[in-house]
Amino acid sequence: MKAKHLRNRWLGLLPLGLILFLSGCGQLEMTVLDPKGPVAQSQYDLIVYSLWFMLGIIVVVFALFAYMLIKYRENRPGRKESDYDPNLHGNTTIEVIWTIIPIIIVVLLSIPTVTTLFDLEKPPEPAAGEEVKEPLVVYATTADWKWFFSYPEQDIETVNYLHIPTDRPIEFRLSSADSMSALWIPALGGQKYNMAGMMTKLYLQADEEGVYDGRNSNFNGEGFAAQTFKVYAENEEEFNTWADEIKNEAPELTADRYDELLAPGMTDVQSYSNTHLDYVKHHTREGMGYVVEKYREQFKEKLHLYEIDKQESFQ
Amino acid sequence: MHITDILVTGEPIIYGAMVSMALVGLALLFILTYFKKWKWLWSEWLTTVDHKKIGVMYILSALLMLFRGGVDAMMMRVQLAFPDLGFLNSQHYNEIFTTHGTIMIIFMAMPFLIGLMNIIVPLQIGARDFAFPYLNALSFWSFFFGMALFNISFVIGGSPDAGWTSYTPLSGAAMSPGPGQNFYLMGLQLSGIGTLATGINLMVTILKMRAPSMKLFHMPIFTWSTLVTCFIIVFAFPILTVALALLTIDRVFGAQFFTLTGEGLPMMWANLFWMWGHPEVYIVILPAFGIFSEVIATFAKKRLFGYHVMVWSMIVIALLSFLVWVHHFFTMGAGAFVNSVFSVSTMLIAVPTGVKIFNWLATLYKSKIEFTVPMLWSLAFIPSFILGGVTGVMLGMAAADFQFHNSYFLIAHFHYVLIAGTVFACFAGLVFWYPKMFGHKMNERLGKWAFWLFFFGFHVCFFPQYFLGLDGMPRRLFITNVAEWLPLNVISTIGAFGMGLGFIVFVYNVYYSFRYSERETTGDSWNGNGRTLEWATTTPVPYYNFATVPYVDEIDPYIRMKEEGKTTFEEDKVKPIHMPSYTGQPFIMMALLGLASFGLVFEWMYVAVFGLIGAVFMMIRRSFDYDDGYYVPVEEIKRTEKKARGL
Ligand code: HEM
Ligand SMILES: [Cu+2]
Ligand SMILES: [Cu+2]
Repeated sequence: MKAKHLRNRWLGLLPLGLILFLSGCGQLEMTVLDPKGPVAQSQYDLIVYSLWFMLGIIVVVFALFAYMLIKYRENRPGRKESDYDPNLHGNTTIEVIWTIIPIIIVVLLSIPTVTTLFDLEKPPEPAAGEEVKEPLVVYATTADWKWFFSYPEQDIETVNYLHIPTDRPIEFRLSSADSMSALWIPALGGQKYNMAGMMTKLYLQADEEGVYDGRNSNFNGEGFAAQTFKVYAENEEEFNTWADEIKNEAPELTADRYDELLAPGMTDVQSYSNTHLDYVKHHTREGMGYVVEKYREQFKEKLHLYEIDKQESFQ
Repeated sequence: MHITDILVTGEPIIYGAMVSMALVGLALLFILTYFKKWKWLWSEWLTTVDHKKIGVMYILSALLMLFRGGVDAMMMRVQLAFPDLGFLNSQHYNEIFTTHGTIMIIFMAMPFLIGLMNIIVPLQIGARDFAFPYLNALSFWSFFFGMALFNISFVIGGSPDAGWTSYTPLSGAAMSPGPGQNFYLMGLQLSGIGTLATGINLMVTILKMRAPSMKLFHMPIFTWSTLVTCFIIVFAFPILTVALALLTIDRVFGAQFFTLTGEGLPMMWANLFWMWGHPEVYIVILPAFGIFSEVIATFAKKRLFGYHVMVWSMIVIALLSFLVWVHHFFTMGAGAFVNSVFSVSTMLIAVPTGVKIFNWLATLYKSKIEFTVPMLWSLAFIPSFILGGVTGVMLGMAAADFQFHNSYFLIAHFHYVLIAGTVFACFAGLVFWYPKMFGHKMNERLGKWAFWLFFFGFHVCFFPQYFLGLDGMPRRLFITNVAEWLPLNVISTIGAFGMGLGFIVFVYNVYYSFRYSERETTGDSWNGNGRTLEWATTTPVPYYNFATVPYVDEIDPYIRMKEEGKTTFEEDKVKPIHMPSYTGQPFIMMALLGLASFGLVFEWMYVAVFGLIGAVFMMIRRSFDYDDGYYVPVEEIKRTEKKARGL
């Protein structure tokens, strides 16, 4: 009997230990907890801030829980008569206290949540002493199951990969040609939906050069797992060189070619020396049904994209 | 049309399923015929209107669905731990997570709880049955045929594959052609009728059929949780009904409510779905809270701390549950203001929930805790649920949710609340009330094995998933193609199999206890620690429940009754009891509606219309039904009671 109760007592603490353990050693590795830009940084700060409260709550509840189990188990040796009060059924003071404290916690969590929310609607502020840069506008459009990134400023378009300059806010204008998807680059910040017939804005920025993983994070059918892309964050100069190169060397994206690309299915990485924005505007009510109407018959076929089983073919 | 056009062919797993379903079916047919049980099946079960039997059928179906959903879960976990095996391809995985999620919520969690309510609530309030026993049978059969319809999609026509949320435009006719998505729509629609009817039925039962003088604030806490849940059902389910109907009309009749063409509004579905969907998660958690409260008070041998606060916090939770649905799509880009409002309302729910946790802890204060199996499930709930609760608050912080949304962090969160909350409660409640239902307890030793396996398996399975989410692994991903994700996925799968083992031991325990457990002789099964009226009846409970209904004017009335030596059989007060007659009509009516739904799934309009006409005919027949039931004579009551009480 005794051994059983001991087990009970420590079991409750097990998950807590795991939290400490994993958050201690995992901090360096987990993408979301290793931000590479100001947006991800602000979300990271908020998460860490909230984690302290959560840990506090967990510690209090687990401690009380362990105390009750140990002290008030029926066959604890040395139980006193006064350890049992079957008719105890309320205590206003303590009930008020444990209502007020959670309310305070909610207030303390709400304030930074709300301020961060409003900040995220604007381009990230430059670090102290640096000039304010106009955001680079990138239209990110999805079609089952690929990504189109159009750069109106450079007048180029890429498929399934993305180049961005560091230290400059990127204003993503998200839309979809068909199913709902979401742009998520965890190293740079949280996601937002791409929806046909609408345009949502998402500001992100990279502070560090590097290659990051981006993906569609909203399930949208068979090819969902393969709807990923690499993000190449490089300094302004390199970025401009790259953009010039694409502008000068990449083929033209004709309306026909674009239509072909829109058909449900997957494609490899591609680059073009102009954007599709002149042909269809998927974010408008008129452009919203374009792909479905054009490819209605193809949507009816199960594509059975067996090649996506093979991991290597992922980018 | 050939049979091969509608059967799903070419898949080994599905052939396996077909063969095993056929074998089980044949075995059942054989057993029923061999032991001449057909008549028994019809006259004792299929036609019953007795709330206790209906409850048992609900629970059996729910256990079956827990098995099916669990097998789905295991298949997904195998695929995620061993992506190189190529066990499931993308399409399979998508179908399986969709059926897993839908089955677990709609056909496992809800019916399990409704089953427990069916059996226990009338007993707790001193009622002889539901307010509308006929309707209760109707509800069960609508759930049953909805469940059957949804489940056959696996072998006939193909399963839905757009997630349990079935977001448009993906789930619309253009991008998800074929019957799969229709199975989802019609399965949920059909069973939704039953849920809504049960909500009304239980609400009326609780409001109108309580024992004399039992005030609302004398009711046991599980009954209270049921009442609050019923209000949520009655307000939330019509939204689902409408949403499902609109999407069905889109898909089957070519309307454009949620389509990309014709100025449809695909995001409207997400709104409607979660306006129902968020209250829905409280439909499956509030009764769980009620069960834990009952079990904890019983085995702490102490009054529930803060009864009134417990009730009010449930009411507040129920109200708030209608005001937070947008937190499921903070990432839609509704703007900082909208997100702020819903962020705060979401976090506010944590306040009444936290209050409840503290009340349970305070109930343990100065108590005598006895570690029975139901108590173990209930105690384990507290620390486990806290882990799900705090991560829920983190998800509610919209700015942070942009990073959590659609990731394994979310998967871990909702399994922490759904399993540590709902599933633990279902097990706790089933074991706790098992002697009331079947006249014997479940074996404690096996029960503890099941508990510990499931408990450890659960944490090992889902705790690592928080970290997978933080490492950027999205949900609904059929392949773990990033090397860093693999180790935690393997751990998670090991845990899943631990839970699987726990479930197997649990089911084995049902059999073992049936064979070997001591039969109950008193109604107050847990060492005389019962506090509420259900323990005052004899075991097994006579079909009329109470020979004489006790007078109740306090919480935990059975404690006083025991002190004063009162029972629910006061011989001189016995009067004839009015009972409803059994009838096969609900079964037939819902079978016909099931047929109509099946027709709609395949868009065979003749079948659909035929089934619908049949069902309407059954309704008309019911309107001219003058069977008022019958009276149980005093003699019979006395005989039954004396035998059961050994007088
Ligand atoms: C045996 C224990 C369980 C295991 C191992 C398990 C595992 C899983 C897995 C692997 C997924 C798919 C994740 C993904 O790929 O997105 C999933 C999804 C889900 N599970 Fe479970 N699960 C279990 C029990 C439950 C229970 C008891 C419930 C509800 C009461 C539940 C509700 C859901 C829901 C709603 C989804 C989402 C489905 C969707 O994305 O459409 N699960 N589960
Ligand atoms: Cu919700
Ligand atoms: Cu929208």
